[in-house]
Amino acid sequence: MSKTGLPCSAQPVTLGAGADIKPTSRPLWLLAELTYKCPLQCPYCSNPLDFAGVDTELTTEEWITVFKQGREMGAVQLGFSGGEPLVRKDLEELIAAARDMGYYTNLITSGVGLSEKKVKNFRSAGLDHIQVSFQASDESVNAMLSGSEKAFKQKLKMAREVKAQGYPMVLNFVTHRHNIDQIDKIIELCVELDADFVELATCQYYGWGFENREWLMPSIEQLRHAEARTQAWREKLAEAGSKMKLIFVTPDYYEERPKACMSGWGEVFLTVTPDGTALPCHSARMLPIEFPNVRETTLEHIWYASNGFNHYRGFDWMEEPCRSCSEKEKDFGGCRCQAFMITGNANAADPVCSKSADHHKILASRKTNAQFKTENEAEFVYRNHKNSSVFFKQR
Amino acid sequence: MANTTMAQIPKINPLYRLQWEPAQNGHVLLYPEGMVQLNGPASEILTRIDGQTDVAQIIASLQQTFPEAEGLADDVISFLEDAHEQNWITL
Repeated sequence: MSKTGLPCSAQPVTLGAGADIKPTSRPLWLLAELTYKCPLQCPYCSNPLDFAGVDTELTTEEWITVFKQGREMGAVQLGFSGGEPLVRKDLEELIAAARDMGYYTNLITSGVGLSEKKVKNFRSAGLDHIQVSFQASDESVNAMLSGSEKAFKQKLKMAREVKAQGYPMVLNFVTHRHNIDQIDKIIELCVELDADFVELATCQYYGWGFENREWLMPSIEQLRHAEARTQAWREKLAEAGSKMKLIFVTPDYYEERPKACMSGWGEVFLTVTPDGTALPCHSARMLPIEFPNVRETTLEHIWYASNGFNHYRGFDWMEEPCRSCSEKEKDFGGCRCQAFMITGNANAADPVCSKSADHHKILASRKTNAQFKTENEAEFVYRNHKNSSVFFKQR
Repeated sequence: MANTTMAQIPKINPLYRLQWEPAQNGHVLLYPEGMVQLNGPASEILTRIDGQTDVAQIIASLQQTFPEAEGLADDVISFLEDAHEQNWITL
């Protein structure tokens, strides 16, 4: 189970939280970002701000070659993500090819563009799991955040269809200031939809989420309330004999130690972006490092020999306070993208850590963002092609 | 589940897929976005679960493969109860 959700929820992921899995230097998790195209415009999307500058996508054959190379290296989980992966006309073909190789296949979708027929056809093609992401538990907030009025009803319908077709169902709710107080309603909805796993992932601040931090960050009071309600629900569900699992993810801006991002750089995860760029996490494209492309070299070379993947392996790259820190083997210095975004130095300690010289920036961010009391939705920088073109031109 | 009986027929929960992974030289249980790596005894038991074989037959089969094992029945039942608790199997 992912600890912090998948890219459509704008979150880094931990493979098998609670499971007995040790990081191995093998890309167990292959994330295929099939396209940057998406009918929604969620303001916390983890896609790069300048995605509008990417105008090519890997072909069906190129994707299948990537899957094959990954599987030969021991990759076992395959995520179809985006953008909205349903935009790809060859999705069913890709699912069938991947399942045939032995992957556990996950479709991470907003549900927009899904139909009963597709849910059924994907099942026949061998799709193992569909994760439907929700923006909130009611229509108005959902519409505000995703920029689509119709999306919410469609999501509900598709979630029901996913269950009807016998898939395990993970519902993903990205929570933030505008919906976190509806936590009870969110969980009630999940119970009603009979979800197997529910991720209540507090929005983290990468990509578009970073741009919209001040409009997304919940206050500490909101966060504590939501945690307490989630715990109460866990007890209530356990009492009722329900097997539904609730996974609550705290935003790391409210932590004093960084997360062990991606279970370590180049340890478990490999993301391939729509144009074939290979990354150790789906946000890493923002870093001042050159990353390899699957069109130019094999996945094996990328994983074991490329500078991009070797860059932050081990501990030699670390600066103080990480270098001499007794906790470095636990959290690997935290997230490189967060260090880069907030300190301008990708080698620095993740400023979420209270030992970081830049930790005051996180504290200031908590304080500043807690001051916003009005929800002026017009202030969001929505994730769409027009806004992305602006970021692309600025580069 | 303190009352697992010999006549019960365990089934792998359809949420999970039991699979041999050559790269890891072991069996794994795959589920949405996750994986449980199984140790030897866990694989021996779970691979004998086919939705038709009851607990007594599973124990007998294991005893045949591992004739020297002592207290096998208790270990198997305890594992199955744990696996049920984890939601890997239904009983």
